[in-house]
Amino acid sequence: MGANAVTIKNFAFAPATLTVKAGTKVTWSNTDPDAHTVTSKQGSGGPLQSTALATNDAYSYTFTQPGSYAYYCTIHPFMTATVVVTA
Amino acid sequence: MTEDTRDSNGDGEHGMTRRQLMRHSAWFGGAVVLTVVAGEVISHIPGSASAAPASSADLRFVQVSDSHIGFQGPANMDVTGTFADAINQVNSLGFRPDFVMHSGDLTHLSTPDEFDQVKQMMSQLDTDRVFTVPGEHDSIGDNGPRAYRQAFGSNTVGDGWYSFDTHGVHFIALVNTLHLEQLGHLGNDQIDFVRRDIAGLSSDTPIVIFSHIPLFAMYPAWGWGTDDAVQLLSMFRRFSSVTCLNGHVHQLFSKTEGNITFHSARPTCYPFPKPGQGPAPLPQVLPAGRLKDALGIRTVNYWQGNHALAVKDTKLA
Ligand SMILES: [Cu+2]
Ligand SMILES: [Fe+2]
Ligand SMILES: [Fe+2]
Repeated sequence: MGANAVTIKNFAFAPATLTVKAGTKVTWSNTDPDAHTVTSKQGSGGPLQSTALATNDAYSYTFTQPGSYAYYCTIHPFMTATVVVTA
Repeated sequence: MTEDTRDSNGDGEHGMTRRQLMRHSAWFGGAVVLTVVAGEVISHIPGSASAAPASSADLRFVQVSDSHIGFQGPANMDVTGTFADAINQVNSLGFRPDFVMHSGDLTHLSTPDEFDQVKQMMSQLDTDRVFTVPGEHDSIGDNGPRAYRQAFGSNTVGDGWYSFDTHGVHFIALVNTLHLEQLGHLGNDQIDFVRRDIAGLSSDTPIVIFSHIPLFAMYPAWGWGTDDAVQLLSMFRRFSSVTCLNGHVHQLFSKTEGNITFHSARPTCYPFPKPGQGPAPLPQVLPAGRLKDALGIRTVNYWQGNHALAVKDTKLA
């Protein structure tokens, strides 16, 4: 797992907080037998909006602006995590 | 024929003894007695009369749940096949149910193709009416809720909720899979709908509430609860009998809180672990040949003039 990768396993995003530099492309990979999404928290105006990721599906997004990006899985909303983007 | 009284949280060989049941009900605040007869589970509230023969019932309906059409994985390599088996089992009950309710997670990924397929399959049910409530798997993204309501939303209001009456029973079908933050969620519009919907009902009208996610806190850490259910259920305290039927948790579970009884249904796709057993509600892979023991259908009987309904859960044949 690289410094720009998030693994979805056992209904959790790992790492729960990922810190990257602006311009980094982050990739989420679903290793679970159920589907998950990577979706910015409601009302946060964030950019993350994956489709439902089936087993072994991946989703990527390149962060250009520094900030803290909270996200969750809309199917299992108790799954939450954050990407922190530094300048 | 063997007869055995089991606690609601255990079916088959994992059933608890009577003493465990009492301890368990103290912890959960209430319990439903499940009677296991020849592989069928019949529930009734302690102290109520036990069930009369089903053939004499005035109203008979069926609940199926969690077909997850579109799922692929070792937990069930053929969810279409097991859902077709469930439909055949409903059609072979020996009576024609007044209606069939699918309590959500019809599809796995909310795609139009999956909705088409599950709708097509349910048209094979030998019954007068088919009802649905959406699961969170039918509500994915912006397109999921739209596709669900295109396929199943006629005759509903708001975001897909509705009510109907038959045989003197009032049925309410709710949507608690939208705008989720942590748990299931109803929202004020829907709670207001229910308030107006039940305002004119006499308190001895039996009430049945369908929702996908449980309206009781079965295991909030896994999303098995509804954050504003208390607001909803407080409006039902005046009724003599309220039965809440849900899916989502992929296993049998029943409990009673005062006048309200909750029954989680078996899925037709694959089981989840019992609450808190393991790291997450991961689809369980069972040993070969054992999957159907964890799947099933539910029939509910009602005799006019009675308050309570008899709920019977049957494994997939
Ligand atoms: Cu998820
Ligand atoms: Fe489900
Ligand atoms: Fe569900």
